[in-house]
Amino acid sequence: MNIMVCLSQVPDTTTRIVFTADGKSLDKSGVQFIINPYDELALTKALELNEALGSGSVTVVHVGRADSESNLRKAMAIGADKAIRVDADATDSIQVARELKAVATKGNYDLILCGRESIDYNGGVVGGLLAELLGLPLINIMTSMSSNGKDAEVSFDVDGGRAFAQVSHPFVATCQKELTEPRIPNMRGIMMARTKPLEVVSAETDSGPTQVSRFDLPPAKSGCRFVDPADMDQLVTLLHEQSKVI
Amino acid sequence: MSVLVFAPVQGGILKKVALEAVSFGVRLARSRQSVCSVLCSASASADTVKQLLDLGVSVNYRVDHDLSDSDSVTYYMAQAAASCGAQQIVVSNTYMGKSVAPRLAVRMGIPLASGVIDFPQASETGWEVRRSVFSNKGYANLQVQGNSCVISITPNSFATESHPSGEMKTEHMVVAKGAQEGKIRLNRVDRVAGKIPLTEAERVVSAGRGLKGPENWHLVESLASSLDAATACSKPVSDMHWRPHEEHVGQTGITIKPDLYIAIGISGAIQHLAGVSSSKVIVAINTDREAPLFKVADYGIVGDAFDVLPRLTEAVQRFRAAHV
Repeated sequence: MNIMVCLSQVPDTTTRIVFTADGKSLDKSGVQFIINPYDELALTKALELNEALGSGSVTVVHVGRADSESNLRKAMAIGADKAIRVDADATDSIQVARELKAVATKGNYDLILCGRESIDYNGGVVGGLLAELLGLPLINIMTSMSSNGKDAEVSFDVDGGRAFAQVSHPFVATCQKELTEPRIPNMRGIMMARTKPLEVVSAETDSGPTQVSRFDLPPAKSGCRFVDPADMDQLVTLLHEQSKVI
Repeated sequence: MSVLVFAPVQGGILKKVALEAVSFGVRLARSRQSVCSVLCSASASADTVKQLLDLGVSVNYRVDHDLSDSDSVTYYMAQAAASCGAQQIVVSNTYMGKSVAPRLAVRMGIPLASGVIDFPQASETGWEVRRSVFSNKGYANLQVQGNSCVISITPNSFATESHPSGEMKTEHMVVAKGAQEGKIRLNRVDRVAGKIPLTEAERVVSAGRGLKGPENWHLVESLASSLDAATACSKPVSDMHWRPHEEHVGQTGITIKPDLYIAIGISGAIQHLAGVSSSKVIVAINTDREAPLFKVADYGIVGDAFDVLPRLTEAVQRFRAAHV
């Protein structure tokens, strides 16, 4: 299959988030950027699907600036055949989805995979936006998938349970944990990635309808009150009378 | 002109997330001299009519459909939005909301704000909404251009308020099936009966490696059941398959904000704290007094989970028996 994998880069999960003094942006000093973990699952799943079918190609698509190219090379080292970077600052989910749509309509993709959310802005909406922009079915929060290239068997998380369904290609799916395990690039993959194509295209749309005006951090907690482990009645009383949560 | 809200129904009654979304929608409508319309399945019981009336809803659209799949909800919401001239759409940011909100935004050609945690304020060019980012490690104020928007609100972020409107029109919507329906052929849905979805739970009992093995989880489940709480776990626990992945809370799992979060034998790695730090009250139980979780906890118990848990469960049971 011809598979498009949408990929974003995010601060490493161990990052202590700090915003710039004006509150306008993330302080990137010392922050290591990684492939969004859910997107990494999408990439691995794309490779597995094509391995099972015995043919196909995987294109990773990213909306962002040149500082993300090491992560795009990493994606190709893991196994993607090519990368496309849309040269724009990703500031709004609708803007990102429009750019992805522009790329998607130029390729002939049987399947478009995204992570179920990025762990930085946590919108969790790009897959849904893209599906609707393209007029394709959406499998959101997908936990398993097998395909013969024409029809796919999928399962996905719904509120309070799990759904099992069939859907015909092409469609858009967002990837949830449990779908697969991420792969680590090997030396051969890293060597091969150097010569794989990384295409840079210019943005096709304007900035989106939303913009962050200020970031701030959660207020610090006032401190922990220690309760005698032998006296759990006291804890229950505190939870009831002071905190009013039971 | 109207605010339109999707109200999910389960077993004939409005879910808690539905009440939160409806109450939010009514408040939004009142702040804009507009009215609030609500879409729900016709399977909602007669009691729900009074409930919606009491919350301040003006129009209740009902459809003969269980509205359990997101394609149908998207379709019927778009129909209802056209019918009432909705400018603002409100859904809860559950899995359903995550599937419906972006598609409605595209279909209606309006902006989208997801994971909203505070009531929006009017601004010069539109309005300002607040959402959590970096898995609750921070917040962002988002400027939305124009008057229209799809808003998905984070569960457990808004109180349910009563604003009896006195009058509510119930409209049975009869519409042709959407073209999108049927493209996804649903075979079955497995639901765990009686289990509270983690993101919607008011109380969550969560455990980590300190529990030593999956065979000890009955201690966690007993405490959870005594509190009517959902169960959760840390990343290592789900990675080792002691518990299913959907119980994993943290930066790469589920982000939650219950009223009460009890963490047992979880040291509190930064990724875990990210997912749970928005909880209203946090109780940490750990043998290690230096565990980072105590830094964000409201109450701490330094002790062995195997001693503390049964005692805490009994104390909760005693309390509940006395406060029926």
